[in-house]
Formats: sequence, C-alpha cells, structure tokens
Amino acid sequence: MRKLLIVVGVLLAVHVALLFVRPSGSAQAAAGTGSDRGVNVGLVLDIGGLGDKSFNDGAYRGAVRAEKELGAHIRLIEPGEESDRESGLRLLAAQHMDLVIGVGFIFTDDVTQLAKEYPNINFAVVDYAIATDKAGNPIPPPPNVAALKFKEEEGSFLVGALAALVSRSKKVGFVGGMDVPLIQKFEAGYKAGVRSVCPNCTVISQYAGVTPIAFRNPGKGKELALSQYQQGVDVIYHASGSTGLGVFEAARQTGKYAIGVDADQYSEAPGRVLTSMVKGVDVAVFDMVKRVRDKTFSGGIYTYGLAQNGVGYVYDEHNRALIPDSVRARVEQLKGEIIAGKIPVPSTR
Amino acid sequence: MRRTVEEALLPALVALLVAAVVGDVLILSFGQSPGSVYRLLIDGTWGNAYGFGQVLYKTTTLTFTGLAVAIGLRAGLFNIGAESQLAAGGFLAGLAGLMLPMGLPALATLPIYIVAAAAGGAIVGGIPGVLKARFGAHEVITTIMLNFIVLALLNYLTAAHLKVEGTLHTAEIHAGALPRLSSMIGAFRGSAANVVLFLALITAAAVAWFLFRTRRGFELRATGLQPAAAEYGGVNVGGVWWRTMALSGALAGIGGLNYVLGYKHYYEESFASGAGFLGIAVAIVGRNNPIGVVVAAFVFATMSQGGLAVNAVVPKQIVDVLQAVVIIAVAASVPEVRRLARARSAA
Repeated sequence: MRKLLIVVGVLLAVHVALLFVRPSGSAQAAAGTGSDRGVNVGLVLDIGGLGDKSFNDGAYRGAVRAEKELGAHIRLIEPGEESDRESGLRLLAAQHMDLVIGVGFIFTDDVTQLAKEYPNINFAVVDYAIATDKAGNPIPPPPNVAALKFKEEEGSFLVGALAALVSRSKKVGFVGGMDVPLIQKFEAGYKAGVRSVCPNCTVISQYAGVTPIAFRNPGKGKELALSQYQQGVDVIYHASGSTGLGVFEAARQTGKYAIGVDADQYSEAPGRVLTSMVKGVDVAVFDMVKRVRDKTFSGGIYTYGLAQNGVGYVYDEHNRALIPDSVRARVEQLKGEIIAGKIPVPSTR
Repeated sequence: MRRTVEEALLPALVALLVAAVVGDVLILSFGQSPGSVYRLLIDGTWGNAYGFGQVLYKTTTLTFTGLAVAIGLRAGLFNIGAESQLAAGGFLAGLAGLMLPMGLPALATLPIYIVAAAAGGAIVGGIPGVLKARFGAHEVITTIMLNFIVLALLNYLTAAHLKVEGTLHTAEIHAGALPRLSSMIGAFRGSAANVVLFLALITAAAVAWFLFRTRRGFELRATGLQPAAAEYGGVNVGGVWWRTMALSGALAGIGGLNYVLGYKHYYEESFASGAGFLGIAVAIVGRNNPIGVVVAAFVFATMSQGGLAVNAVVPKQIVDVLQAVVIIAVAASVPEVRRLARARSAA
C-alpha cells in the first residue's frame, strides 16, 4: 500500500512541477486576443480535420495565407463528433471573432441558426446548401452569412477536354461518389468538356452508390475503374472522395490514367495522375477574410469559378511530362473562352 | 468497506495522474506551457455554463453507451455494437417522432420515444444475443459485423428516403420536443444539454438496482463469472445471454434520444459517430459499476469538450492520446492496485 501512495505522490509532484514550465514562445497561446487591428478569424473544419489533403487542408491553407498577408489571427477547431460542430462555432462566436467559417455543407443548418443569435458576427460556409421554399425559389442565407459556392462544372469541363485530347482510345470514364446533384454537376461539366474537343468520343460514367458511403468505398472505386479500363477507357476522372483512392489503385495497376479532384492528387499515384480538378477553397477563405478586413463583407451567395480562380486544373512540374504542349494550349484557350462567357457550361446532366 | 473504496478509486486516480503527466510532456513538446493549456481546458469545460452544459450533454450519451457495455461485460459478453445500437435507437425514436401528430406535450411523447429507442437498440443488440444463445456465434464478431450492416442500412434509409434535400438529416420533428436544460437554467443558453441527462442518471440507478438487487441481475452476474457453474446452479445461461444483449442494446438505443430528440429534433446521418465505441472505454474505466460509469462518462465528456477548447493552441489529438492513456492506465492499474491492497490486508 505504501508503495502505491509513493507512486501517487511522485506522479503528483512531477505533474505539479511541469505545470509551471513555460517554454519560450508559448505566449502565442494568447494570439488572437491581442489589441492590434488584425482580423480575428475562427475556422471550424469538418470531421476528419487537417490532413485530408483536400477540403479541410485547403481551407487551412487559405487561412494561413490570410494570416501572413493580411495579418489575420486564426483560431482553428477540429470537431470530433457531430455535436462538436455547433459547439465549435459557438466557442468561436463567444470569443467575438470577426469572421467564423464552417468548412463543408454540413455546417449549413448550424450556421444559419447561429447567425440569428449573433447578428454582429460574420459567418461563411464553404459549399453552403441553399434551401428552396415550397415554390422552388432559393431561400437566401441570413444577412450576415456568406454562402461560398464553386462552379465545379467549369473545372470539370477543362479536365474533360484534357482527358479527351490525351486519350488514344477516344473512350474516357467518369466515376462519381454518391449519385446526387452536387456530383452530377461534375459529370455534366466533364461530359461537355469531352464533347467540345471530340464530339465522337465515348464517356462511360458510373456512380459508386446512392448513400454517403459511396464517398468512402475505395474497393468499389477500384472495381468500377478496372471494368472501365477493360472496356477500353484510358483516362478516368473521379469525383468520389476516398472512393477515388481505388480508382488511382486501378490506374497504377493497369498503367492507365486517372484525374484527381478537389485537391492536387498527384502523389496518390505518381505518373498515373494526369491532372486534378482543384477547388479553390483556399481562394474563397482568403477572399472572405480580405472582405471582412476591408469592411466589404456582406451576406449572400458568392460563386467562385474559373474567372475567380475558384476552380482550375493542375499543371506543374510533376505532370508537365504527361500533357503535350498542344493539349495544354487548347485547354488554356477553352479556359479563356469560358471566362469570356463564349462557352456555356452545363451544371446538370 | 474501506478496501472496496480504495480499490474503486485508486486505479482511477493513478490513471488520471499518469495521463496528466503524459499530457504535460505532449504539451511541452508543442512548445506550450502545460499550466496554461490545462487552464484553458478547465475554462472551456467547467469554467463557464455553456461549456459545462456541453460536458453534461456528452456525459448523457456516454452514460448510456457505457451502461450498455458494462451490463454486457457483467454477463461476460463483450458488446462492440453500441455504436449501431445507439444509431438504431435514435433512428426509431426519430421515426416515431415524425409520425406523431404535431403539438403533443413532451410528457405524452417521452414514453413513446423511450420505447421506440429501446426497441431499436434491443433489436440490433438482441440479434447477436440470440445468435450466441442458439448457435454459439461469438458476440464480438457478430456485433462488429452488425455495426457495418446496421449503419449502412440507416445510411441508405436516410439518404434515399428520409432526408431533406441538400442535407443529411430527416425533416424536423414537431411532436413533443424534450426541453433543454437552458429552459430551466438560463445560464446554459445555447448548450445542447437536455432532460435526457436525468433519464441517464435514473437509468444508471435502475441498472445498479437490477444488477445487485434482483434475481435476474444475480443470474446475469453469475453467468458472467462462470457460465458453467451458473448453469449447474439452475440458471438458463442461453436465456441470460440473449436477454442481456437485448437489454444492453436497449440501453445504448435510449442514448440516441439525447441527440435526436433532446438536441437537434431530427435524425442525422452518423450522429452517433464514436460515442458507441467510447462507451467501451467508459465501461472499462468505470469498472462496470453503474455509478463508476456515470463518473467515467463525465471524465471522458470533459476531455472531449476540453479538446475543442484547447484546439486553438495544441492539436486536439492530444486529447485522443490522453483518453487512450487513461484506458491503458486503468486496465493496467486495476490488477496492480488490487494486488498491493491485498498484500497490505494480509500483512
């Protein structure tokens, strides 16, 4: 028994001693409460948090850039479960942030409700889901909420054109996650892009399912991709979350090409990822912080397309070798035409 | 008596201290001061009414899943399925809410909700119970597998039939919403804590009474200690198995009320994420004792909410690590403490 008490005593002593250690640089714990004029920004990520190499990381990148270039103070919260979303937003709202950003459409309800309780705080939601009333008219977000939307169809159009131009078999594929309007938008843009440069190319498009699990089913993704490659497809564009990891696996196995989505996914299968359709979540987040700083923020729907650099495709030192210069030139030309409004890009199939 | 108290409290104390020291080291490794981070953690949880309300809210769900796992372990059954039982309970209660007419008072709807949630959990928990009693299928395997099946099924039902377009949840339930604590104590404003907390405490007391004061409870514990001996003593072991699994599932299922009817007033896809599995840790740290489970649920709820509060300064994974350290330390220190305590009383 005495031994046990000694153990308890030693642990207690060590703990208390450590409590008083103050490493240099620990003062940054108080950052964001300082009296300088930088904008205080709270960022609540979706469950999954940092390291998803996609949405959450993109938002964080935008916030870090705002920290460097605009002198903003960032507070980051990574929820661990569903009820933490609202909790995180409230923690930040209670700390009188100038701007609170929810990363992901799942924050729509929470923010819409909270914005009414905190009318003096600005909110923004990436991919805010705009509800419709009974007559089918969109219901605008509350006056202090910015709904950040992306023209995924425009980015998808470009990678569609790129896929068709690179394809030798004149057959390209699409693997979607859950079969919902949001993902059908990617498909619609992609198909239009293919047709714009190659009217007689075939597009095989398939979805992994009708439930959210379709976004995290790499096994299914690989299965779909392998069957498409077997049918002669040589480039597949996926818009399917981690299901796409299976598509990359299939590309690696068969030596054919895949196109990534949301973020640069080159590293998932180096040499086999032709390009990625990137969503500029960082651009949108940075833009919001800037608007709040410049006092030009107002609620409403913000749309980020090719013109705003809100969507795009990857072309860098990694994949330059995979894309001939003539192809690159053609895609850039299309990009210019879309921005100029000469090519209408469909968002429904 | 004194020895029992020591045996119950000392492992928890040792475990928390070990976790605190490990936490110190981790916080230091991020270049922060442990003192200020722990203060931030306390401020964000017990230090203000909203934070404390969130802790109580999380305690509620964890109490139910902890009790579910604990009662199973008392009968020698390891129920890994609390996750899907919780979801199924919330789902059925949500369905019941959507079907009830608008404007019914909470007093009238609460019993219906409890029965629906318990039924949802009991069905999902009962299946592995019957499979074990009838065919000897191991409940660890069957409950894990049922997690996948049930969660996928609920996903499908919600996504394909029940959800409001553009969201992952059902329409709002208007019949007999359960009041939040903030309607009684204004300071809890905004917090999700609701009256299901009281239901959790009553349930814990009821489980304690059942386990230690009834014949069925005795049979359950006897089966857990030594099924063959219990059988010889006249206990229908198969019956105890399936009834316990169903009861365990029902307990987890009622936990679903906390989110679905106490907080959001709709069923949301994957609302239960993690709470079912954390229930295992709660049961182990609470040493399968209903009172211990409530205390352990409170500790884990504090850590979970505290993780959010310190998130701006240190990665919240620190809290995940601390939770794991507590579990390991309790698991390791229970036998050690018992040995040392016994050595003393023998001397």
